[in-house]
Amino acid sequence: MPHPMRGATAITGLGMTPMGRVYGKSATELAADAVRTAIADAGLAKGDIDGLLINPGITGFTGGGISLPLQNYLGMTNLRLLNHMNAAGSTAAQMVQYAALAINAGMARHVVCVFADLPLSEGKSAGGAYGGAARNPGRPQGMAGLAPAAGFFGANTGYALAAQRHMALYGTNHDQLGTIAVGQRKWAGMSPISQMRDPITMEDYHNSRWIIEPLHLLDCCLVSNGAIAVIVSSAEDAVNMPQPPVYIWGMGQGHPGDPARHGFDPETETGARIAAQTAYAMAGVGPEDVTQCQLYDCYTYTVLVTLEDYGFCKKGEGGAFVEDGKLGPGGALPTNTGGGELSGYYMWGMTPLSEAVIQGRGQGGQRQANNDVILCTGNGGMLSYHACLVLSPNRS
Amino acid sequence: MAEAAAPQKPLPQPDEASEPFFTGAMEGRLMIMRCSACGVARIPSRAHCDNCLSPDFEWEEASGRGTVHTFGVMHQKYHPGFFDELPYNLAVIELEEGPRLSTNLVGVENSAIRVGMPVVVDFQRYDDVALPKFRPA
Repeated sequence: MPHPMRGATAITGLGMTPMGRVYGKSATELAADAVRTAIADAGLAKGDIDGLLINPGITGFTGGGISLPLQNYLGMTNLRLLNHMNAAGSTAAQMVQYAALAINAGMARHVVCVFADLPLSEGKSAGGAYGGAARNPGRPQGMAGLAPAAGFFGANTGYALAAQRHMALYGTNHDQLGTIAVGQRKWAGMSPISQMRDPITMEDYHNSRWIIEPLHLLDCCLVSNGAIAVIVSSAEDAVNMPQPPVYIWGMGQGHPGDPARHGFDPETETGARIAAQTAYAMAGVGPEDVTQCQLYDCYTYTVLVTLEDYGFCKKGEGGAFVEDGKLGPGGALPTNTGGGELSGYYMWGMTPLSEAVIQGRGQGGQRQANNDVILCTGNGGMLSYHACLVLSPNRS
Repeated sequence: MAEAAAPQKPLPQPDEASEPFFTGAMEGRLMIMRCSACGVARIPSRAHCDNCLSPDFEWEEASGRGTVHTFGVMHQKYHPGFFDELPYNLAVIELEEGPRLSTNLVGVENSAIRVGMPVVVDFQRYDDVALPKFRPA
């Protein structure tokens, strides 16, 4: 018996604003642009929308992020489902999950899931918004002050130290991480909406400056302004809507936290392992059935460790798995076909999700890959929060 | 006329919950908390054990010995208090009692740091606070 949620709902609308160094609009205005575009894309009217799930990016923490007032900005007066969610980079997939569950339970019919963020200011460095404790003036209180006193700042730090541990335990090397960066840039060159389209070589990768060793600049994602919205509907509705439905076959989450003591290895063993079991079981597939991946790629290392935890290879063998270029154009496992967050655009979990929808519809143009079974993942915190979707253009 | 102060590192301000840790540090002792219910040791200053949620604990002086769980070398300019020291190392040390601590290594070239390397605590004193750093054992 297939799982009752398998193929019961679908993504039926997609709206994207310009992304990157986009200035002149607030996060709320960008969100409204994305929602309006998604509603039109789905062939719906505003009054058809009865669910709204809202995810700010880093501006949800640093100020100016979208939140519940977006409902009134959009003038949505008949919502049956509404929330503001923030499980970091796992939120986009989570919003789709909660939308699908609500629709299947009869609590809503067409749910908009929207992300908007505005971390970039004109004339300021891209990394500033992600500097964490470096932004705070004065002396931090108590034990929370130990890490900044040691110069631990920003998301880069945690991921650099995680990558280092994987390299030390398993011999993962920079050529392997670089292969991911170079491959994704090739994909980005085939996407008209990606921010970084000029090809890069392995030499460019190795020569790119250190951010935090072992991470080079080209191991790290972009920082982008912009917004993306998707609409989730029932499979019954989806077949009568204008876009090819992208059916939700499976979904799962895994949140191992960051236990900082002996016996745990959160740097190299992520929530993807838990999420994979749930999602594969619901979808009735395994890694051998996945034809393409859209993986959260805040860093090259995130892609590598995520592939391991979804069972594409054994723990520790991610480096050897990717080094033949199988993730890039022409490879056996097309991954992050829009360039991902490294080279495409950084809309948190909406980056892999939006490309998964484009691919699931068969609208990938020259970068279109086999879309029979798409694994789409979101990761947040220090590999702490994880959610995924298994998607397909086929209802069953 | 006052001179512009040199950029300061963000040194922690001890609070009530962390006072035993920072008092110990000024005396050259690395203080940890050990759960009275399950026996798991933790870095202060959670009120509850993150293993079993018991609120009962005792302060204990750690041996000061541990190993490098992982590390990195910072090249990015984040905080002006650190600009003069770039590139500097970042290290997560696993104490032999179990908990892990975010800190720096002293007395070792960045290029010589290895995961698994044995280290021992070496307190760095500032005016009103001392911080546990680690050096190769």
